[in-house]
Amino acid sequence: MANRVGVEVSIALAEAVGLANTDVIAAYPITPQTHIVEHLSELVADGELDAAFIPVESEHSAMSACLGSAAAGARTFTATAGQGLELMHEVLYIASSMQLPIVMAVANRALSSPLSVWSDHSDAMAVRDTGWIQIFVENGQEAVDNIICAFKMAEDHRILLPVMVHLDGFYLTHVIEPVMLPNRREVDNFLPPNDYPLPLWPENPVAMGDFAPPVIYFETKVAQEMNLRKAKGPIIETWEEFNKTFKRHYQPVELYKCENAKVLLFTMGSVSETAMTTIDKMREGGQEVGLVRLRLWRPFPYEEFRNAVKDVETLIVLDKAISFGGPGGPVCSELRSALYNESKKPKIVSIVAGLGGRDITTSDFEQIINRGIDIAQHGSDKEYEIYGVRE
Amino acid sequence: MQDYTVYVPKLIPKWESFVPGHRACIGCGEVLAVRLAAKALGRNTIVANATGCMEIVASPFPHTSWSVPWIHTIFENTAAVASGIEAGLKVMMRKGRRPQKDIHVTAIAGDGGTSDIGLQALSGAFERRHNFTYLCFDNEAYMNTGIQRSSATPYGATTTTSPAGKVSIGQVTWKKNMPAIAVAHGIPYVATACPSYPFDLIAKIEKAAATIGPAYVHIFSVCPTGWRCATDLTIRIGRLAVTTGIFPLYEVEDGQYKMSIDFPKLRPITDYMKLQGRFGHLSSDIIDQIQLTVVKKYEELREKSVASIDAEDKS
Repeated sequence: MANRVGVEVSIALAEAVGLANTDVIAAYPITPQTHIVEHLSELVADGELDAAFIPVESEHSAMSACLGSAAAGARTFTATAGQGLELMHEVLYIASSMQLPIVMAVANRALSSPLSVWSDHSDAMAVRDTGWIQIFVENGQEAVDNIICAFKMAEDHRILLPVMVHLDGFYLTHVIEPVMLPNRREVDNFLPPNDYPLPLWPENPVAMGDFAPPVIYFETKVAQEMNLRKAKGPIIETWEEFNKTFKRHYQPVELYKCENAKVLLFTMGSVSETAMTTIDKMREGGQEVGLVRLRLWRPFPYEEFRNAVKDVETLIVLDKAISFGGPGGPVCSELRSALYNESKKPKIVSIVAGLGGRDITTSDFEQIINRGIDIAQHGSDKEYEIYGVRE
Repeated sequence: MQDYTVYVPKLIPKWESFVPGHRACIGCGEVLAVRLAAKALGRNTIVANATGCMEIVASPFPHTSWSVPWIHTIFENTAAVASGIEAGLKVMMRKGRRPQKDIHVTAIAGDGGTSDIGLQALSGAFERRHNFTYLCFDNEAYMNTGIQRSSATPYGATTTTSPAGKVSIGQVTWKKNMPAIAVAHGIPYVATACPSYPFDLIAKIEKAAATIGPAYVHIFSVCPTGWRCATDLTIRIGRLAVTTGIFPLYEVEDGQYKMSIDFPKLRPITDYMKLQGRFGHLSSDIIDQIQLTVVKKYEELREKSVASIDAEDKS
């Protein structure tokens, strides 16, 4: 039986890593990821988790140790945030390109400078193209569930890719929530032991990480791209299987009160729950608005997204990051291009808000939606709108 | 030394894990050292290779020169990758998912990958006491990218980024003492070696592999391409580096220095330098200055070595 407990999300997430019987955790402390790795260290120190905790000297080495561990066939986890994710950057490409099934929790944090430990999605957007499967979660339960799913996805022989689970720093990592923690037996049944094909082992020597001359490099990259795109099917299957066991269902794109809605707000991460409250209130006030939330950021679920917005007149997209000197909201820019060639498409309004931990409240969302409707109707001379900045 | 020739076929294992077909330059001392090291490490070995000459010459997709498991990822992280392999195997053996086996997890890198860009990762891995062997193949510059200076490039050498010019003698800094940095971590085994002394090299690699905890072997690797020397002089130049005192061979076991070969009288460094174009521009003043430094550093090393022998005698 699952156990419903009131627990800090970072602790619950670490418990999920423990329930997955993880073999190796290599991590470097960075706010707001610290409680995750502290609790994992405790689990190892108390003998509750039989794992190696490698207290590496940097995030670059954290991800590098994960490469070695995953290549040896061990179940491998790390967690980081903000600058730490950036320090890992070049290593992230290696994990995906060499098909090493590493699971990483990212406690989303703004990027310096100026230094900010608080949350936004700048770090996530900077690693958008690294070839990892990327999942956004909205609350503690989703964090726990998706960490367990992430191991199953990563190690699935049809996928064999690293998975990032993004959770907003502080907004999620440091809050106490009621969470259903599955028991070990349930997780064992759902998640078989890691059986990495062709691990590093002397009896069956393999060479990993050859260099590729121009005659073959392009093919390897196209193969990687095809593999990530076709991972969507097995990812969805994993969530469906999870639902069968645990009765909680996740989808690439999730809808909230979208029936008859002509206006949809688009969000990712923990703000979605705040946005739901606003949607409830505005619906009560007679406005036909709804919320679409993206869970699966990579591979991008084009079909599901287009389907979700096909009958909508206005799509208001919230970005918690800026693409400097470019389209403003990086997520909105992708959504625009996903819809550009559609014959019937909504007007799209790009809103950038909530950088560096600036709160977006329910009343902020109401203003964002109303401003979005206004811009959709009357147009704007700007590429995107900034919300919530003092002039 | 002559006696060795009789026993050579018996002393060196015939088995190869670094096999022919690689693309190293003619006369490459580094690839010779890798081959000898691979023999010494044996079959139960997993190699993590930093980006560099030895990676490039051995692994154009879909080929490999390695017949033991081998992984290359990026340049500066090899010690960290080896940490992960070692930790992963240890846990999986403990949990019964791999049979118990003594596996030599070995990281290999060049001097740039070790003493410059990879130093932090290496320091971390030493400090965490992973059970692994780290081999630095030192050819004294970034040879793979075209002879750029590293912190292991010797004083006075001309390279493409420390070129000798009208107002420069070439490299103006002294070679970083990487073995001393390894020793400072308090790891159980540190040694220097050179493939011109193959039995010594093999014995040290075997010792390093058998060490429980981190072991570091710094291997002097003559590079005719980068040093501007004749390709048939590789072995001789390696021997001259040792006999001039430029690259002394020694071991440091649990902090105790021990000279592997000691020379009461060193050969003049010009014997070594005159064979290499990279030192060709140096004036006799500069050479004298280098000579004094080489002798001074050699004496310091001998003193440390003598001191440790004395300490053993006293105990």
